[in-house]
Amino acid sequence: MSETRYIAAEPAPAIVGNTWTAARVLGLVLLAFWILCGLGIVAFLVASWNPGLIQRYGPNYVSGLWVTIKLVVVSVLLGAILSVPIAMGRDTSNRLVRGFSYGYVYFFRGTPLLAQTFLIYYGLGSFRPQLEAVGLWTFFRDAWYCALFAFTLNTSAYQAEILRGAIASVSRGQWEAASALGLSRLQTIRKIIAPQAMMVALRPYVNEIILLLKGSAIVAIITVFDLMGETRRAYARTFDFQTYIWAALIYLALVELLRIGTEKAEARLTRHLQRR
Amino acid sequence: MDGILTLVGFGPNGWGDEIASGVLVTVSLALATVPFGLALGFAIALAKLSGDRYLKLSADIFTTIFRGLPELLTLFLVFYGAQIAIQRILAAMGHTGGIELNAFGAGMVALGVVFAAYASEVFVSAFRAIPRGQYEGAEALGLGRWRTMRHVILPQLIRIALPGLSNLWLILLKETSLVSVIGLADIVRQTGIAARVSREAFLFYSIACLLYLILAMLSSIAFNRIEKRVATPGMTR
Repeated sequence: MSETRYIAAEPAPAIVGNTWTAARVLGLVLLAFWILCGLGIVAFLVASWNPGLIQRYGPNYVSGLWVTIKLVVVSVLLGAILSVPIAMGRDTSNRLVRGFSYGYVYFFRGTPLLAQTFLIYYGLGSFRPQLEAVGLWTFFRDAWYCALFAFTLNTSAYQAEILRGAIASVSRGQWEAASALGLSRLQTIRKIIAPQAMMVALRPYVNEIILLLKGSAIVAIITVFDLMGETRRAYARTFDFQTYIWAALIYLALVELLRIGTEKAEARLTRHLQRR
Repeated sequence: MDGILTLVGFGPNGWGDEIASGVLVTVSLALATVPFGLALGFAIALAKLSGDRYLKLSADIFTTIFRGLPELLTLFLVFYGAQIAIQRILAAMGHTGGIELNAFGAGMVALGVVFAAYASEVFVSAFRAIPRGQYEGAEALGLGRWRTMRHVILPQLIRIALPGLSNLWLILLKETSLVSVIGLADIVRQTGIAARVSREAFLFYSIACLLYLILAMLSSIAFNRIEKRVATPGMTR
């Protein structure tokens, strides 16, 4: 019997080599660049600090922000309602309905929101006598209602696709099992399909809201005084570039808030899937 | 009906040639933006995957900013901001007098950085979809880093990233319409002028929408061709 000899335990070898890799150096340089940019913006805002300007245009910015939020929230909600029949239309057996909803979605997803807004705001003015005859002219004369109308139609097309994709992602077996349990169609959708589809749809939905929030800046061009509109007005009167910087900071904060909120909501929706 | 044909025709009373030049501007702006946006987006994707904390953080800052700002605002920030910056620098060097920035250039930069921010995400997820074994196999064959990337990873990466990139192209094509606001004579601006002069707003804005639809359709056809071209026969994923 030979004596078994083990090698004495040793600590892991120290990491040799340069920790200052090219990636690290480049990373630090770029980070320094961002920090300088940030400091530059802060310095610029401090240097051009003007209480009179804030006092004069601050309330305008608040009302502009409110207009932006109202526009996005109302059009997303109305679009959500409108998206249901369109999503259903995409999958019905009726060829006419299917063709119409396909064309609807294709049109609104294939053309710029700006062109759609112009088509409704300026274009429908060509039909003024007809619109007056049916009493809709007061609606389409107003830039705010036109923007709301265009945004609702646009987002409903995108939301219809999200809805369709999310429902298609729930496997057939779920429908069959629900029907085997004797659940009605409405119960199946509410209790079985919707919760599972929501997990898939949450991220695309929030992306759509973010896209619409960013897209809402274009209503400033058709003279709606949203956040962007107020910014443009303030810049046109003062030629002070900080007006745009403030708008950028507000938009960034809004989008980040939405993103963080989604992550929280997603964690809650998928809490049964998380490993502890 | 005759009136409409004259209006959209190519004659002296028609707007056909102006609108056609607008289509050309839209397409060339989008085409000019893509190489710049793709290269920048690829570099940012590499930075995000580099494994270095600081490099990833600075890449994330870029994406957060340019995905969070409205494109119209980015455009104004570039257009007016760069103008002011250049003017200050020139003034510091003793040059006086105003300077007018090119709307095409400003549009290219603004749309390019936004495109890059989104494209980097597409590239990152495409990189993640390539199995580790591919890198290990390349290393076992003795390929260097550059050749691994060029001959092993990139051909697969393009295939995976193509649907995402084609989506971004369609978005870019629509976003070029924003540059009409700072005075570039693209489809929306040209049809807008025609609409104002001829008082046929609905007709001309419908034409604008139709032109964008046609461009989108042509792009889809082109992308289908490219996808078939880069696909490996018989390979499924």
